[in-house]
Amino acid sequence: MEKKIGVYICSGCGIGEAINVEQLASVAGENNVPVCRSHGMLCSKEGVQIIKNDMEQEGVNTIVIAACSPRVMYDVFSFDGCIVDRVNLREQVAWCQPPGDENTQMMAEDYLRMGLTKVNRMELPEPYKPDTEMSKDILVVGGGVSGLSAALAASDAGYKVTLVERSAELGGFQKSVKNIATFPYKRGLQNNPVSDLVQKVQNNENITVYTEARIESTAGGPGLFDVTILQNGSTITHKFGAIVLATGWVPYDPKQLDAKLGYGLPNVITGTEFEEMIAAGGIKRPKDGGEVRNVAFILCAGSRDPNHLPYCSTVCCIASLKQALEVKRQNPDANVFIVYREMRTPGQSEDLYRKAQEEGVIFIRCQTPEVSKGAQGLTVKGFEDLVGDEVIIDDLDLVVLATGMVPTTSFGENVLATEKKEGEEEAVPADVILRSDILNLQYRQGPEVPILKYGFPDSHFICFPYESRRTGIYLAGCVRRPMGIASALEDGAGAAMKAIQCVELVHKGMAVHPRAGDTSFPEFFMQRCTQCKRCTVECPFGAINEDEKGNPLPQPTRCRRCGVCMGACPERIISFKNYSVGMIGDMIKSINVPDEYEEKPRILVLACENDAYPALDMAGTRRMKYNPWVRVVPLRCLGSMNLIWIADALSSGIDGVVLLGCKYGDDYQCHFIRGSELANIRLSKIKETLDRLALESDRVRFETVSISDYDRLPKILDEFAERIQEIGPNPYKGF
Amino acid sequence: MSGPTNQSILVVGGGMSGMTAAIEAAEAGYEVYLVEKNPYLGGRVAQLNQYFPKLCPPYCGLEINFRRIKQNPRIHVFTLAQVESISGEEGNFEVAVLLKPRYVNEKCTCCGKCAEATTIEIDNPFNYGMDRVKAAYLPHDMAFPMRYVIDPVLLQSSEAQKVKEACPYDAIDLTMESKTIKLSVGSVVWATGWNPYDAKKLDTYGFGVYPDVITNVMMERMAANNGPTQGRIVRPSTGQPPRNVAFIQCAGSRDENHLPFCSSICCLASMKQATYVREQIPDATVYIFYIDIRATDRYEDFYLKVKKDENVVFFKGKVAKIFPSENSDQLILRVENTMTEELVEMPFDLVVLATGMEPSTSADPLPLPVAYDDYQFLPGPVVQPGIYAAGCVRSPLNVSESVQDGTSAAIRAIKSIVVRR
Repeated sequence: MEKKIGVYICSGCGIGEAINVEQLASVAGENNVPVCRSHGMLCSKEGVQIIKNDMEQEGVNTIVIAACSPRVMYDVFSFDGCIVDRVNLREQVAWCQPPGDENTQMMAEDYLRMGLTKVNRMELPEPYKPDTEMSKDILVVGGGVSGLSAALAASDAGYKVTLVERSAELGGFQKSVKNIATFPYKRGLQNNPVSDLVQKVQNNENITVYTEARIESTAGGPGLFDVTILQNGSTITHKFGAIVLATGWVPYDPKQLDAKLGYGLPNVITGTEFEEMIAAGGIKRPKDGGEVRNVAFILCAGSRDPNHLPYCSTVCCIASLKQALEVKRQNPDANVFIVYREMRTPGQSEDLYRKAQEEGVIFIRCQTPEVSKGAQGLTVKGFEDLVGDEVIIDDLDLVVLATGMVPTTSFGENVLATEKKEGEEEAVPADVILRSDILNLQYRQGPEVPILKYGFPDSHFICFPYESRRTGIYLAGCVRRPMGIASALEDGAGAAMKAIQCVELVHKGMAVHPRAGDTSFPEFFMQRCTQCKRCTVECPFGAINEDEKGNPLPQPTRCRRCGVCMGACPERIISFKNYSVGMIGDMIKSINVPDEYEEKPRILVLACENDAYPALDMAGTRRMKYNPWVRVVPLRCLGSMNLIWIADALSSGIDGVVLLGCKYGDDYQCHFIRGSELANIRLSKIKETLDRLALESDRVRFETVSISDYDRLPKILDEFAERIQEIGPNPYKGF
Repeated sequence: MSGPTNQSILVVGGGMSGMTAAIEAAEAGYEVYLVEKNPYLGGRVAQLNQYFPKLCPPYCGLEINFRRIKQNPRIHVFTLAQVESISGEEGNFEVAVLLKPRYVNEKCTCCGKCAEATTIEIDNPFNYGMDRVKAAYLPHDMAFPMRYVIDPVLLQSSEAQKVKEACPYDAIDLTMESKTIKLSVGSVVWATGWNPYDAKKLDTYGFGVYPDVITNVMMERMAANNGPTQGRIVRPSTGQPPRNVAFIQCAGSRDENHLPFCSSICCLASMKQATYVREQIPDATVYIFYIDIRATDRYEDFYLKVKKDENVVFFKGKVAKIFPSENSDQLILRVENTMTEELVEMPFDLVVLATGMEPSTSADPLPLPVAYDDYQFLPGPVVQPGIYAAGCVRSPLNVSESVQDGTSAAIRAIKSIVVRR
């Protein structure tokens, strides 16, 4: 686009007091900017009208607003069809620096220079339109409660759904459950809604069901999932827009339990086997069909145990209470014992616990119960916490072990996704992907959705529970975390919501969470590609396939637009229309670096725009002051940092570079999974180079900050500045 | 038929579940009105210091959600707004929304000159009244919408005109009045959240009488760097760090005299707060007095992590009474050790009552007759055709579950407007 730049400087909110606006405007002059104006309140109707007049009358189509943070007044400074850049003179200059000071002026001038460089180097993004037509159909894998709920929700919202179920019938585990306990829990045993759900799905013309079917392969990406379904030897292919993975769970294998729990003894069964008994007609002793007068339920059987399932399966307490009520219903005189470690009946399910107590169920709190064959029937014994002594329950007709739930995604061999290149010190952190034969993704990174702890392919994000590491694939139900029916119904509907949202956004060429609405996407200048595979390996979302020669084959609909690939590429062939290595590099080079005699160091701050940048804004809003040497460049993700920028900075004479980003590791914060971790790994590779060039490696540093760390930022930046001053000026200044 | 229609959705409540419902529906192409009672979005999660189990800041997810709202022209946010009436039926509701005056208009740049100009202070609602804030104030550091608020008390004072004139941008409008707007929507998501149970009703615990007895929500504010003590955990009586802290679980919960239900998150919240204390005050001891530790799913790992700390003691027993010590400025907790059946009296510097979550509908029911459960929660995700419930107004939920709930409510709301009756 033929650019006509207009620079608009606001002198309100203390900016006019902090800097000399006229002098700042001369920077625009130096850069031959045709239009440059200032106003005392640029965000006012009058101020905005000035800009609009220039658009109309002067043909200004590239607008640099030098005023407050881009995080505020976003609706006011929005101009269709124009390139707009926000230069932050308020929160990150006027509010954090001494007014009228020469250094404050230099800071403002540098930011304007950087803003002008940026708009010169960027273009307006054009949404990605694939060659083939996209689909809005939704694929649901798994016909249990959450899958059924997802299918119905998507269909109700107006989308065509295909539901693929491995077994012969729909209903999942709940098929074998006669009665459930759910809201309102005080009712105790209630009818299972699963058969209704199954019927609704079967009668729904917008839902195509394949039973005894599995997914043979899934290629493509959101909007373009080419899926092959295998049913009884024949294949069906269809294109889908998004996928809900709701393949549920299997019970923990009771044969793996500790012997002291007695599985294998006659009349010792699991909770799931108990359900089958109820569904088959009634509770009786498995061995001889005799009456059950005394029964004990042992909770946490093989759960909350580092040798078995370390996690808690959430619903076993509730399920066991329900089962206790089943016994009482069949035989009100039965002696029913619940042997538990902690009673976990959160929320309104506390009513069920109360009801069981009212019906005469006896509760024994014991951390390590043992089941054995007694003189008559079975015996359960253990140290009872509340009595403070050993308790023995004998003459039991039946012992029910409440075993945990294992997600179907936790089976299969590990596909090692790490690739160590020769000479590399640290391999890039790898996802754990198991060959669980669920989606069979034709993705270079592996055939399934990566799993997190304990085999759950969950989102790591508390605030965004549906965000798996594969775009357009949303997890629902017990495959993602153990949950009860009420929750599974909601979860299926929630995953369907994300699925339909994904297809709508992708059809507009837009990214999904977290850069929802972003129409930019990475483009690859393949002529200079050396097939090093860094982009394909490092992409946190597996968005880049590969051909036999190792050439990357980007799949833009899978892309979250973080730019990790851009940062990884040593040849710098990857760029977005409005975000590129060259753009940031030139912005860095446009910083005016005074020579060493002026004793004004320059520090480049590469700040993650998701946490560090807002924290800097908040520090400014609180008028916290820090040194005037810093020049902040926001990045979409620290993972998009290309090492050339460090070289650009140091060769320009900049004295230090600090990366501000989120913490990584087990409790990582990165919205793009591993951005800050990758940035750190890249940094560690250049330490040696820096030392060899007589540039102390201390000049480049990563500091972990969270978004609420605004109070620590001045100290972090000032300490770094002190260290830089200790080391001395960059020897390459003035070269 | 698939794709957006031109009917709209009303979401009542801009906390985590409401905000999520609004954003998810809008990103799928639907028009959404988001009505929030406070002057800012984020609800009670914005008032948390960290989330369990990652111990991460609420602002992190809120920043992304606010950005998603900013870039989506289909979301229309109304703050200081409450629904006065709803009539009609699924696909066709008429809603009256009362907008209370902020006395600050869209010209506000958050320069802060109004706050500088006034001397009048109010109890800071963001900090549960634990400190004072100017009567012209920004609700918190990342308030969204980013705009000041003027409390009516300032209007009635002699400083009103002075403050108005202090604003360089003519953003203060003292003549603003409440007004009612009418919205026509196809479906409604009710996501008005919860209120902390009033700890003063727990008469044996001395809340409101002894300053060193605080509630879990107050502890969260104290630990936050933008809280009343800038993040320092101290004894309110002395302003000094406590040497020992007692957390009383199920304070007024699982109790037929107060809240009979369990609020599901308090065990984990207290464990999280125990980590705050332990990190800040390395020599401090923490006692958690509990009935059952409810750390379901993989939160079990968090429980084990906190349990490993030798300075954190998990003590099974209900605290019967709290009273001041005769020999020191500490508080004495009288508790039965259920494992040994001994009655013990233990002194503490600071006591945190892990109080429960009461659904907001307890105090503010819907403006039309609907069913509630025994505890005034909305009984399920579907309240009636076209009206859906999400979040803690339905059941005590953690953040992740609230977001899940909001997301499913969004697609239910969409169903109501896609299928015309």
